[in-house]
Amino acid sequence: MTFEMPQFALAAPEIWLGVMACVVLVADLFDRSKDSRIAFFLTQFTFVVAIWLALSTHWGEGVQHTFNGMYISDNLAGLLKASMAALAALTVGYSRDYLLQRDLLKGEFFLLALIALLGMFVMASAASMLILYMGLELLSLSLYAMVAFDRDSRVGSEAAMKYFVLGALSSGMLLYGMSMIYGASGSLIITEIAATAASGQNGLLLAFGMTFVLVGVAFKFGAVPFHMWVPDVYQGAPTAVSAFLGSAPKIAALALFLRLLVEGLGDLHAQWQLMAIILAVGSLAVGNLFALMQTNLKRMFAYSTISHIGFLFLGLIAGTDEGYAAALFYAISYGIMSAGGFGMIILLSRRGFEADMIDDMRGLNDRHSGFALVMLLLMFSMTGIPGTVGFYAKWMVLQALVEAGLVWLAVLAVVFAVIGAFYYLRVLKSVYFERLEDPMPIEAAMGTRAAMMGTGGVVLLLGLFPGALIAVCRAAFGL
Amino acid sequence: MIEKVIFYVFAGILLAAALLVITARNPVHSALSLVLVFFTSAALWLMAEAEFLGIALILVYVGAVMVLFLFVVMMLDINIAVMREGFSRYLPLGALVAVIMVLQMLLVIGAAGVDLSGFAEATNPALSETNNIRMLGNVLYTVYVYPFELAAMVLLLAIIAAIMLTLRRRGGTRHQDINKQVRTTKAERLRMVRMASEQKNEQ
Repeated sequence: MTFEMPQFALAAPEIWLGVMACVVLVADLFDRSKDSRIAFFLTQFTFVVAIWLALSTHWGEGVQHTFNGMYISDNLAGLLKASMAALAALTVGYSRDYLLQRDLLKGEFFLLALIALLGMFVMASAASMLILYMGLELLSLSLYAMVAFDRDSRVGSEAAMKYFVLGALSSGMLLYGMSMIYGASGSLIITEIAATAASGQNGLLLAFGMTFVLVGVAFKFGAVPFHMWVPDVYQGAPTAVSAFLGSAPKIAALALFLRLLVEGLGDLHAQWQLMAIILAVGSLAVGNLFALMQTNLKRMFAYSTISHIGFLFLGLIAGTDEGYAAALFYAISYGIMSAGGFGMIILLSRRGFEADMIDDMRGLNDRHSGFALVMLLLMFSMTGIPGTVGFYAKWMVLQALVEAGLVWLAVLAVVFAVIGAFYYLRVLKSVYFERLEDPMPIEAAMGTRAAMMGTGGVVLLLGLFPGALIAVCRAAFGL
Repeated sequence: MIEKVIFYVFAGILLAAALLVITARNPVHSALSLVLVFFTSAALWLMAEAEFLGIALILVYVGAVMVLFLFVVMMLDINIAVMREGFSRYLPLGALVAVIMVLQMLLVIGAAGVDLSGFAEATNPALSETNNIRMLGNVLYTVYVYPFELAAMVLLLAIIAAIMLTLRRRGGTRHQDINKQVRTTKAERLRMVRMASEQKNEQ
């Protein structure tokens, strides 16, 4: 194997995150303040610079490979990274006051978030199965530790244990599939795997490996029937961690799917399409029907995540560039909505009171009409009502499905979306039509309030003017 | 011929020891079987002319990791009987599922007729050049520098996460506070009691 000097500049976002993780690690040691101020602001600064670096390095620079073909720089990588960094900044912003109120705040939280984002970045521009797996492990290991962050919480430890065991199982599945794909193609590099898949050589072995890979990816997404961990982990983890877990890593899972199953095994699309249809329909059905029965808001969001993942898979099933662009748009807009939903729980909670039941939303309109309006926007967006970003996400996916000739699937998706509307609207009923005897004023820090208002504003703004985000999502796939 | 015999002997020992790892009742026996597993796989690697990996396996896993593991097993008084309660109950069903899955997978792979032409032909360099360490060193920091550095990040993360999860002050644990011991005063430790002298009890 010949060696060429890598173009290190192309990996600037990853290098930045890696270096800053070390800087934060050391800086936090010398921070004597009780609230890990330095680690927090350094981390947020890192995220913001990472957005800029991702766009300036990858966007509009064409497709470039480096590190002996293991690293890819293209528009898709730029958009994925920028959106993941933005969502990480938002959710970490929510988390600070939550952790501070519960005496959980330690600099390591921000460090873990930084390294998790590094793992996501690595996945977003991985051009080799080895790199994909390394990125995935970086991400998952940080997430396991974050879920267990509250060591005194029994449900938290239980959630972390379940997440860890099932995550290890899914990693095993993924690795086994990768080893089979390696056996069939003789290479770990995605483009060479794509060449083998196109030539039809070792087709059955590739399909065998692909099946395991798809199972592993579905585990990471939390698609039915590999969804068992999602509700327990979302409910058991500290709400700040659930917010982080539910937003950016979903885009990373999409990156894993796109790099491995679309770019690598795109020629096997006909074979994974049917499996993906099963995953999508199962997720839509289980997610929406189980969410109907939940009284815990975090658990309801978990099941709603599952149903949204089903919708996201529909875009991938279409198998066209329009479909992939729709899935990407869906993942980004869902990340925003999910961060907002958990952010609202954080905003309403205080020390000793988690505000994670639907009943806790009662009378929110009397307590603060502005936040009630944000909740209205978030719930409308998750339902897919026009005027919010969620509408365009669903609309693009359905359009791609219909164009691909899968009308029955589109109809099914709409039916489940209507069923889903019930539980989102039930939350709004609590917010607007149920009154409290003595509405308590909301005590939350200014930062959390501002982030909440900002999230609501973004959901509305992207709902009214989605053109720009849709355009960049399409441009990422050369449309 | 003789090489094949040696291979199958080692492979057989390897599988038997691996089975013992998960079936042994005594956790110390499990750990010791694992040592045997590592040792035999190192021997297999040596046969495949991967000397460095074989030696590293023995040095790192047998020498360091497993010794530490044994210490942990001996220090933690794990009630293995409780952990294994469901083992025999679920064994038949689990074994059945596993056997069926392996059979299905074998059928698929068997039918596939694997074509290994994608792999470069294994070359056997002249004996003087087969220096594993040099070969690995040549590619580790050049061709594979990116995954290598990522592996370093994974290790750093593992350290951070492990320390974060375990290093904490918990109420109710018994530990020495040297500061407190040194700063203690007579008044805290010594209680003067005035009492009348006693007579020896008559028996």
